[in-house]
Amino acid sequence: MKHKPKLAIWKFASCDGCQLSLLDCEDELLSVVNKIDIAYFLEASRNVVRGPYDISLVEGSVTTQHDAERIQKIRKISKTLITIGACATAGGIQALRNFKDVKEYISLVYAKPQYIETLDKSTPIASHVRVDYELRGCPINKRQLLEIVSAYLNERKPNTPSHSVCIECKRRGTICVMVARGTPCLGPVTHAGCNAICPSYCRGCYGCYGPKETPNTSSLSEKFSNSGLNNDSIMRMFRTFNACTEPFRKESEDHEIGEAGSNKPETRI
Amino acid sequence: MKSRTIKVDYLARVEGEGALYVKIKDNTVVDIKFKIFEPPRFFEAFLRGRNYTEAPDITARICGICPIAYQMSSVHAMEDAFGVKIDGQLRALRRLIYCGEWIESHVLHVYMLHAPDFLGYPDAIQMAKDHPDIVQRGLQLKKAGNDLVALLGGREIHPINVRVGGFYKVPTRQELASMSEKLKWARDAALETVRWTATLHFPDFEQDYEFVALRHPEEYPFNEGRLVSNKGLDISVHDYDNHFIEEHVQHSNALHSVHKGRGSYFVGPLARYNLNFDKLSPLAQETARSVGLSHVCRNPFQSIIIRSVEVLYACDEALRIIEQYEKPDKPALEIQPRVSTGYGCTEAPRGILYHRYRIDDEGVILDAKIVPPTSQNQKTIENDLWQFIPQHIKLPNDQLTLQCEQAIRNYDPCISCATHFLKLKIERE
Repeated sequence: MKHKPKLAIWKFASCDGCQLSLLDCEDELLSVVNKIDIAYFLEASRNVVRGPYDISLVEGSVTTQHDAERIQKIRKISKTLITIGACATAGGIQALRNFKDVKEYISLVYAKPQYIETLDKSTPIASHVRVDYELRGCPINKRQLLEIVSAYLNERKPNTPSHSVCIECKRRGTICVMVARGTPCLGPVTHAGCNAICPSYCRGCYGCYGPKETPNTSSLSEKFSNSGLNNDSIMRMFRTFNACTEPFRKESEDHEIGEAGSNKPETRI
Repeated sequence: MKSRTIKVDYLARVEGEGALYVKIKDNTVVDIKFKIFEPPRFFEAFLRGRNYTEAPDITARICGICPIAYQMSSVHAMEDAFGVKIDGQLRALRRLIYCGEWIESHVLHVYMLHAPDFLGYPDAIQMAKDHPDIVQRGLQLKKAGNDLVALLGGREIHPINVRVGGFYKVPTRQELASMSEKLKWARDAALETVRWTATLHFPDFEQDYEFVALRHPEEYPFNEGRLVSNKGLDISVHDYDNHFIEEHVQHSNALHSVHKGRGSYFVGPLARYNLNFDKLSPLAQETARSVGLSHVCRNPFQSIIIRSVEVLYACDEALRIIEQYEKPDKPALEIQPRVSTGYGCTEAPRGILYHRYRIDDEGVILDAKIVPPTSQNQKTIENDLWQFIPQHIKLPNDQLTLQCEQAIRNYDPCISCATHFLKLKIERE
């Protein structure tokens, strides 16, 4: 019999939600563990099987020197390394610090800044080591997580389309919230994966899955602007969980100057 | 001189990254540190300059296990700031989505994180080999909670449907009714869970805690109430900052909360139960009594039973809300921002979660303060260990380590949550 692949799940700066997705596969979990040995998964088990590991799933972004070193070690003991979620693939919401001075952040939050060790920037795993596959989303979609694990087990390419949320809306027959109601929506530039939940709940997409491939963000911003959104609002739309991906970062910076009297955060701190 | 140390570098089966360090000299404990080294993420800092409408979606990202709690505390704080009160069916829907979160979060802890300690397994997956029916029941019960959150919120983790003023879209009566059968099964499964957890073996360990929880005149608390304790506290949520302070200690990236002049306190299921037993549904009260519990429980190891009682209550309450549901005319109330400070405190699965925001006339957040339950319990967790370890000091290191871990897991600590909190007051010496 073929040996059971060893799976490890690693956490960096994050909310734990993406690794929780595995435990949220209530119907599938016990069958998954028949095919795979969960060798390292601290959120679920105190058993630790030593590496090397066949698959490492990495959640979270790198924000400390210690973590920058830890990811190097993890890469060395992982045959396949897959990053899961916006923190690991884009730096996450905590990468909003990348636009500011982190020292100011520390003193806003902690009484004794000297106790806090942190890097200036929150960076995705791929800025540090080679990554074999990235699964997007804040949070990831658990169906897609099962898909990549299953693709790995069957030695095939995972099926996780990189087209836009717009396509998902068309597929499920959701009426366009931007056309029908004038609700600002990031669907045209956002990576598919969530199955276009927000428009089906009458709200615009807010970009949890980050940019799709070749997104035309400036055209969408122009549309927002024509419908009355000010620069500050447009900047904030692009500056959330995937703010440090190249297309969203650039687009948000293009709107950073804002008009007179706009709500620029730095003038208010 | 015989000296030994117990070190757990990465605590398992807790949410987030924590460690434990205990130093023992001549059979006397000389040092204990429950360390939280989860890296800080600075939510309170980057909330500044964001619009009030963004708070529920941003703060949800503090915790993947209890995002609803963050959404609820933030929307209540904003509505408090703007003088808006949600009632009727919109209020009921908020309770309903919270029921879903309590079920999924509590059941995760009861079956997958805590029970393996009592039965001697490293995890629920190993436990499933000997107790497949029990683990299956846990998974399906957890799923019922997740399904409820996903129906109302759009998805289980970081739901998208909660907004200041209400929801983006409200369900029809038929949509909610589709959950009834599943929830009836879940209620039976929760009842079995209470009976099952009550048969576990509990160390004899009772402490004289100060329990702090919300208390509401008519209901077991989720979203609203006064903050009360068993030692005489009875305040409005607005007065939170006058009674509780956060201390920054070197070994933790989470601030320790203390009750001014009194010290550590205890939040979470055990606190809610002790302060609100009379508000549990008749079925939940009766079931608790039938397994030998009274209205008082001071043994944190028994929190696994109390969590199960709360799951039973949440199923019962969800069914009641669904039964009485009529679709409201509008999914949300109109909101008009104004210069103000708003306060919100709701009962996250792990205990009270406090939010405070100062807002300008355009609805921009000027400053934010968030105090999650685990930072409030940190000091109590350390105190428990100071009491617990001397009673078991003769145990060999591996067994003592396991027992200490179990004592920490009694609190279902959510370290991801705790770390991101922070305070704005600068200490001056």
